[in-house]
Amino acid sequence: MARFIFMRLLQAIPVLLVVITVTFFLVRLAPGGPFSAEKAVPPEVLKALEARYHLDQPVVNQYLSYLGDLARGDFGPSFKYPGRSVNEMIAAGLPATTELGLYAMCFALLIGASAGVIAALKPNSAQDYIPMSTAMLGICLPSFLLGPLFMLVFGVWLEWLPVSGWGDIPGDKILPALTLASGYTAYIARLSRGGMLEVMSQDYIRTARAKGLPEWKVVLKHGLRGGMIPVIAFIGPAFAGLLSGSFVVETIFQIPGLGRFYVQAAFNRDYTMIMGTTVLFATLIIFFNLLADIVAVWLNPRLRDLYRGKGA
Amino acid sequence: MSEDTGQNVLSVDDLSISFKTRDGSSKAVDAVNFHIARGETLAIVGESGSGKSVTCYSLLGLIPQPPGVIESGVAQFTSQGQQRDLLRSDKQALRSLLGNKIALIFQDPMTCLNPYLTIGEQLIEPLCQHKNHTREQARNRAIELLQEVGIKNAEARFTSYPHEFSGGMRQRVMIAMALITEPELLIADEPTTALDVTIQAQILDLLDKLKKQRNIALIFISHDLSVVASIADRVAVMRAGKIVEAGKTQQIFKQPRHAYTQQLLASVPSGAKPAQACQPNPQAPALLKIEHLKTVFEQGKAGLFSARPAPTIAVNDVSFELRHHEILGLVGESGSGKSTLGRSVIQLIKPTAGRVQLDGQELTQLSSKQLKPLRQRMQMIFQDPYASLNPRMTVFDTLAEPLLYHRIATRKNVTPRVLALMDDVGLAHAAIRKYPHEFSGGQRQRIAIGRAIATKPEVIIADEPVSALDVTIQAQILELILALVERHNLSMLFISHDLSVVRTIADRVLVMHQGQVIERGDTETLWAAPQESYTQSLLAAVPHL
Repeated sequence: MARFIFMRLLQAIPVLLVVITVTFFLVRLAPGGPFSAEKAVPPEVLKALEARYHLDQPVVNQYLSYLGDLARGDFGPSFKYPGRSVNEMIAAGLPATTELGLYAMCFALLIGASAGVIAALKPNSAQDYIPMSTAMLGICLPSFLLGPLFMLVFGVWLEWLPVSGWGDIPGDKILPALTLASGYTAYIARLSRGGMLEVMSQDYIRTARAKGLPEWKVVLKHGLRGGMIPVIAFIGPAFAGLLSGSFVVETIFQIPGLGRFYVQAAFNRDYTMIMGTTVLFATLIIFFNLLADIVAVWLNPRLRDLYRGKGA
Repeated sequence: MSEDTGQNVLSVDDLSISFKTRDGSSKAVDAVNFHIARGETLAIVGESGSGKSVTCYSLLGLIPQPPGVIESGVAQFTSQGQQRDLLRSDKQALRSLLGNKIALIFQDPMTCLNPYLTIGEQLIEPLCQHKNHTREQARNRAIELLQEVGIKNAEARFTSYPHEFSGGMRQRVMIAMALITEPELLIADEPTTALDVTIQAQILDLLDKLKKQRNIALIFISHDLSVVASIADRVAVMRAGKIVEAGKTQQIFKQPRHAYTQQLLASVPSGAKPAQACQPNPQAPALLKIEHLKTVFEQGKAGLFSARPAPTIAVNDVSFELRHHEILGLVGESGSGKSTLGRSVIQLIKPTAGRVQLDGQELTQLSSKQLKPLRQRMQMIFQDPYASLNPRMTVFDTLAEPLLYHRIATRKNVTPRVLALMDDVGLAHAAIRKYPHEFSGGQRQRIAIGRAIATKPEVIIADEPVSALDVTIQAQILELILALVERHNLSMLFISHDLSVVRTIADRVLVMHQGQVIERGDTETLWAAPQESYTQSLLAAVPHL
């Protein structure tokens, strides 16, 4: 298993390198630069700025020195916010984004998996159609529509929950997490329904029933493990998506997260900030995919032996 | 059946079950009566779709309702002087009997054990559920029982997962799981069908021994009459939902009264190849010559710190000749390498070493382009006609494809040739535009055979061509194969795990074990006096009527 993890980490290095390289040259290909503004900056000032951030050097030199900094864990200074480093800004935004992502993930798993399992127990009945059509709705409704809708219903009409803020009033984290979770909840519901339907038709489920076990035990003990495997595989990419896709929700609910910095940086041609967040997100995506694979292997005894080298 | 009903554990009267389908309702079980007493083995025999499994599952609430509907019937289950009607028990009551007083063993031990739980966990479940055992008590009992069913090192194996056991061992675990609550009625649904013949013999012995020790009533569901002959006290023959004949085993086998029972018995492959059928000429030169053939499968890759895992030698130094107009049987148990050998001969798998010569021409060195004209002369028939036919191609498409591909016919004149092929394999012309799913298993195998002989090949490699078929259909297909070999002057390598089938069709036999041909000879000579101990044990394990 350790070998498997080690190999996967090794594979991650070239992937990251490609991400860094492509992003580095692409952002510089885009018209404009960090210091171009509507009001033209005097040429000597521009020159001084460019010299300060080494933008007057050949691009290849810039690239190599960036790689060198990166290897030391330094994302460099922000071009747009003088005096602040990208590391500081990430450190300021990441906690809120991570927390939001984690909550959303919990909601998505809890609601999505239960809805999927419930639907799978009685396929093609009301018990199936109602959660599944709700799930379809969740996939179709974008978060910029769902967010304001939640605010209106739960915040303004019902007055149950606060409509903005982050950690200021109790309960203000629920609506953004729910909004962010909606699409993933729906997708997980569909995955778990498919997985459970598949598993519940297996012969070993009939064996479990033939033992006279109560139905809930058949489902939870014998069915759930196999049925959740497609969901586990999806958690990795889903979590990465939750983190990097939180921009809309962060904007709607006024959350001081990383997503907002990311999008602003792109508009501002804040080269180092774009690079920093991209590298960070890429790393997270690789990490969570690896984590999901490890869990999938751990859940499946046959694969577990394969990686232990016992053979099957 | 027997008159004594006082001792009956289960007596079923007038059981009828139907399934609601889109086109109305179809009767799966029709007015079935049977009963069974303690210490007795009742075999329910029938071909696929005869309703034998549905009958038993419906008693235990294990068929989905809907679409299943129990239309009538009484199923009295007697345990410790208490009688109850299973069909009128609620779910709760049934559940308290299932896996407790009534236990089941299923066909395929590969899929019937939960791959995600240790066998120990699965074994103790019934005890914890029904007998209020603590996990520790249940564990001790489970280990005892594992030892009893012949699992060595039971204590250590308790925490193993199903995939760490062989098929036969899994079925032993399954039996232990069924017996752990000391049931009074055991229902075994084709418990040995998925197993090799030597393992089958062991499992049958074990079941019989355990049944006798515990004085259990055993209902043994099977399609295989010869298996039933050795284990059952009484037999009920089912067809299309009805029990057509029932009685003592001896009587059913010696004096079958119903025409269907007679047909079933006549279809069981037994005896030698009919004498008047095609005879090879022993003097003729070999058509196909295999020399020192070896096929090795590499496993995985070498790691950064670990060597490449040892390769599997599937076929190890095999030499044989296939003569003109000969049917050469190739028998062996699963994993013996017989399928790999067949595929290596026809170059579907590139052999690692050795020579394959067709009419003196070496095949192993040819590119796939050079092989194309030779493919026309060598064809293959596979086991599963469900999987080997393209579901999106009609009979016409399937049969016309090889004719067009090898330029034997053109688009314009292909239809009469396809019709001639359909005549050859006994398919009605009206079926030409039908898709595979519209045919029964036997008809599908006829299509597959038609496809194989379309190019007028000289050699056919048939890999378990009748193993997926019911016994009456199997007999028909074997007859067809013999007729085609005669008519088209074919030579055939007939691969099968079923020794009785091979005996009825092959002129000579190769016995394969662990990748090697360990014995060979004329079929009847080999049957009469097998030399190798493996061949002897293989032949001894074959169940007889």
